Amino acid sequence: MLTCREDIIKERKAYAESFASQKRKILVCAGTGCIAGGSFDIHAELKRLMAENGLPCTVELSDDPHEHEESIGLKKSGCHGFCEMGPLVRIEPEGWLYTKVKVGDCKEIIERTIMKGEHIERLAYQKGGVVRKKQDDIPFYKKQTRLVLKHCGHIDATSIKEYIAVGGYTAFEKALFDMSPEGIVKTISDSNLRGRGGGGFPTGKKWSQVARQKSPVKYIVCNGDEGDPGAFMDRSIMEGDPHRMLEGMMIAGRACGAKEGYIYVRAEYPMAVERLRNAIAQAEEMGLLGDNILGSGFDFRIHINKGAGAFVCGEGSALTASIEGKRGFPRVKPPRTVEHGLFNEPTVLNNVETFANVPLIIMNGADWYKSIGPENSPGTKAFALTGNIENTGLIEVPMGTTLEEVIYGVGGGMRGGAEFKAVQIGGPSGACLTKDHLNIPLDFDSLKKIGAMVGSGGLVVMDSKTCMVEVARFFMSFTQNESCGKCVPCREGTKRMLEVLERIVAGNGEDGDIELLEDLADTISAAALCGLGKTAPNPVMSTIQYFRNEYEAHIYDKRCPAGACSKLKRIYIDPELCKGCSRCAKGCPVGAISGQVKTPFVIDEKKCIKCGACVSTCAFHAIKED
Amino acid sequence: MQTPFDFTVVDSIIDGHGAEPSAVIAILQAIQEHYHYLPREVFSHLSKRLNVPCASIYSVATFYENFSLEPKGKYVIKCCDGTACHVRGSTPILERLRNELGLSEQKVTTDDLLFTVETVSCLGACGLAPVITVNEKVHPAMTPDKASELIKQLKEEN
Repeated sequence: MLTCREDIIKERKAYAESFASQKRKILVCAGTGCIAGGSFDIHAELKRLMAENGLPCTVELSDDPHEHEESIGLKKSGCHGFCEMGPLVRIEPEGWLYTKVKVGDCKEIIERTIMKGEHIERLAYQKGGVVRKKQDDIPFYKKQTRLVLKHCGHIDATSIKEYIAVGGYTAFEKALFDMSPEGIVKTISDSNLRGRGGGGFPTGKKWSQVARQKSPVKYIVCNGDEGDPGAFMDRSIMEGDPHRMLEGMMIAGRACGAKEGYIYVRAEYPMAVERLRNAIAQAEEMGLLGDNILGSGFDFRIHINKGAGAFVCGEGSALTASIEGKRGFPRVKPPRTVEHGLFNEPTVLNNVETFANVPLIIMNGADWYKSIGPENSPGTKAFALTGNIENTGLIEVPMGTTLEEVIYGVGGGMRGGAEFKAVQIGGPSGACLTKDHLNIPLDFDSLKKIGAMVGSGGLVVMDSKTCMVEVARFFMSFTQNESCGKCVPCREGTKRMLEVLERIVAGNGEDGDIELLEDLADTISAAALCGLGKTAPNPVMSTIQYFRNEYEAHIYDKRCPAGACSKLKRIYIDPELCKGCSRCAKGCPVGAISGQVKTPFVIDEKKCIKCGACVSTCAFHAIKED
Repeated sequence: MQTPFDFTVVDSIIDGHGAEPSAVIAILQAIQEHYHYLPREVFSHLSKRLNVPCASIYSVATFYENFSLEPKGKYVIKCCDGTACHVRGSTPILERLRNELGLSEQKVTTDDLLFTVETVSCLGACGLAPVITVNEKVHPAMTPDKASELIKQLKEEN
């Protein structure tokens, strides 16, 4: 139990020495992705093999820096972000990265790499014949700026000692002893840090509004309800570096005069809940949470609330209602959350990534932070890069990086060299960007100008085989399903929009449908109660704006240009290639194919149900789809 | 006559969380974790213990998607239909699971209470798309055939 500032300084020094004394470290990725690939088994196997070979192995740091000298550190690290290549194992001090590791590879890793210091080439990342030994040389990592995700993959995610060893809780210590609450708020305001949850509201402004409230009870709430499909930045931070986020919340508590913090985490993230619980327990045990922290007179506690599967709870007022044990309904604003938030008290509500930025700013100052990225949206942003792209995973780049750099630089271009068509940014509240936007800097203001938003940071890349009308239908079906039902424009409006979109992709679109969609979208945006409702039509509006011709092709020509909508597919037999063997006709479940043997067969389009069964039966590749 | 419901488990859950109205979601989650659904008997009991109207507890239980008033299967299979999984073909996997188990969008649990199949908006494991989870264990890079194999395996375990 640490009771004063000197205690933590002493502990940090000891842990840092203990950390440094482990020359050889093996970091096994323990993010959700790699765990699914079996990384816990790999961790256990490595541990077993080291014992078998008489190699000294340490899992936990010690207060005594000499205790583990010459010992090998075996760690469960946070998500490296390169989920597709998982399970990942990082070897230090060389900085090698082994990809797609299997339990069967462990023996070789121990015998060759650990005991002899040899690199195992077949486990290294390779592309185009080039082998990249070191993690930092892989283009996916080389082109990123990892500040918030710095520790993810480099320290043990389940150990407060390792976090402290690499300088963790120094910012909190500084905020407690060297800064006044006003000074903290001023630094955050000066840094121009903007909310990473989507809206981009200035964090310092929010904090100062709460700080000046007279109420004796205030709350700090962390929004970990990352509900946008295709986004997992916050999950990776909560799992991979939970203490950094807790530290940000503690600093916010000190700055605004709050004694209680709540973290609201999606129920779909059980690993994040477990890691946060573990982190809070460690911090309490060490005396970094509780009463009179480090003898400063500051009290702070953090609670975890697990969501129960409602997307709308990502909205501020719905989230606080859910913590209070009610239905997650948003309410009319004002009054704003900063005045009447959780339990009707002034509340700071920020998202995970925002809190994770705070310790960095406190440590390095506002000017340092402003030197990264554009002046009005400084800092970095984590994005979840998914879809038809070569490197899927979690990335972090400075704000203002262009879309092209993200997709072709970090992302390695389109999967299988396909043609880039669009990228969906900001999830169900966001928009599609096209080829024309490749040179747009990704920051709050530039995206707002073209009607898109950073949103939570999901980037879903789509190639020419993706139908944009179907994408719009997909998002509308999501929002419709998740509409909480409190206000009519969202509840009824999204339903009507979905019906129109379903009709169009089924080939039953009518003249005037596009105008009807625009009309409905306009009404919902203007009249819905909360941010989620207001932005629900965005995916439809942006696809109509940039891909109106696809909508028209579906409606007027009953054709899907991307060839993705099964109901609009046309299957035909190429008479040049057909040998008239009759195999397709026998396999057709609805008897739509007819013809005379040894002459080309034909498909009756009226009977055809587009099941595609004939396509695979033809030995001559004569049956084609378009 | 039916045997009276035993509230021992429910009471210990309430005591563990504290009988506060704000704890209702956490309490319902813990009850569901134990019974795999929310037995109807618990509502009036909770209402008395937390001093909250039965209707508000019922309103919470029906609002959130994770709560079920119907018994669920031993294996709850969640098929992710987030954007990334959708783009990489989650629909055929869901169809295969439903076909194999004779389930549909309306009927989500098998009669022998072994399997429940539902969809989830995003599991946040997009790098491994398409994914499904079985009782929170993530199965990455699924295909319809791998899904069939998994069902077979789970059936054999019983």
